[in-house]
Amino acid sequence: MSANKTRVRQENRGTAPGDAVGEANAPSSPVVKFGSEAPLKLDCGVELSPWQVAYQTYGTLNAERSNAVLLCHALTGDQHAASINPVTGKAGWWDLLVGPGRPIDTDRFFVICANVLGGCMGTSGPANIDPATGEPYGLNFPVVTIRDMVRAQARLLDHLGIDTLFAVAGGSMGGMQVLQWASDYPDRVFAAIPIATAARHTTQNIAFHEVGRQAVMADPDWCRGNYHAEGKRPTKGLAVARMAAHITYLSEEAMHRKFGRRLQDRDALTFGFDADFQVESYLRHQGMTFVERFDANSYLYLTRAMDYFDLAADHNGILTGAFKGTRTRFCMVSFTSDWLFPTEGNRKVVHALNAAGARVSFVEIETDRGHDAFLLDEPDLDLAVRGFIDSAARARGLPHKDLEEGKRV
Amino acid sequence: MTAQTTAQQYELTMSAGQRVDHEVIAGLVERGARVLDIGCGDGALLAMLEQSRDIDGRGIELSPQGVAQAVGRGLAVIQGDADRDLVNYADDSFDYVILSQTIQATYNPRIVLEHLLRIGRHVIVSLPNFGHWRIRLQMLVFGRMPVTKNLPYHWYDTPNIHFCTIRDFVGLCDELDAEIEQAVALNHYGQRIPFRAPWWFWNVFGEQAVFLLERGKR
Repeated sequence: MSANKTRVRQENRGTAPGDAVGEANAPSSPVVKFGSEAPLKLDCGVELSPWQVAYQTYGTLNAERSNAVLLCHALTGDQHAASINPVTGKAGWWDLLVGPGRPIDTDRFFVICANVLGGCMGTSGPANIDPATGEPYGLNFPVVTIRDMVRAQARLLDHLGIDTLFAVAGGSMGGMQVLQWASDYPDRVFAAIPIATAARHTTQNIAFHEVGRQAVMADPDWCRGNYHAEGKRPTKGLAVARMAAHITYLSEEAMHRKFGRRLQDRDALTFGFDADFQVESYLRHQGMTFVERFDANSYLYLTRAMDYFDLAADHNGILTGAFKGTRTRFCMVSFTSDWLFPTEGNRKVVHALNAAGARVSFVEIETDRGHDAFLLDEPDLDLAVRGFIDSAARARGLPHKDLEEGKRV
Repeated sequence: MTAQTTAQQYELTMSAGQRVDHEVIAGLVERGARVLDIGCGDGALLAMLEQSRDIDGRGIELSPQGVAQAVGRGLAVIQGDADRDLVNYADDSFDYVILSQTIQATYNPRIVLEHLLRIGRHVIVSLPNFGHWRIRLQMLVFGRMPVTKNLPYHWYDTPNIHFCTIRDFVGLCDELDAEIEQAVALNHYGQRIPFRAPWWFWNVFGEQAVFLLERGKR
């Protein structure tokens, strides 16, 4: 019952300012627009033009332009890594790791985070208006890849006058971008921090994504991708996709610990199909809040980009080839209970980096919180990233702010 | 298998807090070399070598706590297992490969040593000597697996599953055609036993030994 009410309310929101669709076309973030003279060449062969990138920055770029850190966000993340999200009003997704005095210290580094290509928070994606038609692209938007996302970010950095990144960091789909960055632009990346990721999307993960996409496309309000023009939104389908996906972000142990078989606001089973169990209620809530901030077509495009990711395939199936001769230093992190991007997939990247002679650190962090652990308060993640960044900064000759100012050591 | 536990186990610390075998190992490593430390624990040896010998160091450690501490101090250390992960390293990819107080805890010391000789131009192995007279005496008198201050585990809970004597290790080196470039035995007090002493003497009075090996020319 409550689910229906919520859905009606969302539909009424339509394209109200501050929601996902509003942010796609009129983002509150800074935007760099590239005109017809500067198209973006995509893997699918299309030259996208015009196109744009929305981004956020934190901290100050130094005179040498050597302290830039690029953060790459995950599937449903956005550029608000350490700033209040204008749609949800919540803190940034990596607020725990990024900020003044945090491991990625914004007092020390110039931190950049851009909405990915295909996203719905201001960078070109299917929710944006196609200048050729004056209507949202919908399925007319070209299919993009992880490499295309990285190309777009590189163009943003060119525009900002940043030649070399001190570091590039991200988890999950963000980690894929980190690996792509290190592979495609080895001279532009001094240090790389890929977290809870893999060099290619697994069969099982492609299967999960297909379930999500089919849920969206089975919603009659999806209108073959044309829902914007029809004044509808496939919120039911997208919510189911999110519910299914959310299970994969947790672990059985964490779900059991959090919800067990406890009932939701009732003392006995109802012998019906309401949300009797707390876990049902929780997933419904996750689905409902997600549809308020995310574009359904973007979800299709971004899951597709992850499915297509296979770094070794571009190097005759040999992953080491992706990192040949690299001088980038790597810090890879995985989590014991992550079954979406398990340690073994992360370790394969580490082995390839070792074989390429790269300087690589690799920590498997013990936690029962599953894939989402990279977004949560994990002291060992904090320790590893802080230690790695500090030593890389020393190697890069970046002064430590505290030492410089003679404050605490 | 971790250097942390083995360090505790043998109490090989000196007054400065540095393990005696670490100091001996540091003396064997050339400045600026590429070094892989297998079973590096919290990275104490690597950190010391990076500081004092200016090496380009990498480490492998089994325990997540050890890895977290090592990475936290800025070392290039990966979570891994000597028995499983050495196969991923290329031939001759390091100047020195170090296995410090770890060989006795591996499942297959022979295969591990073969990998070390393949990966490194030089191999440094330090190991506890099960042929030390205190251990022999305990076996002889009590007829039971020895438990000493330096070997505090019982037979059923020890991580050290492949103990050997100094002579045993020299025998394995012969079998694998590894040349012993240098060897140092240390007595109960961490003092070096004179270089000219014969093997049998080391095997009785050396509580631990450090070997510098190289692939044979055969």
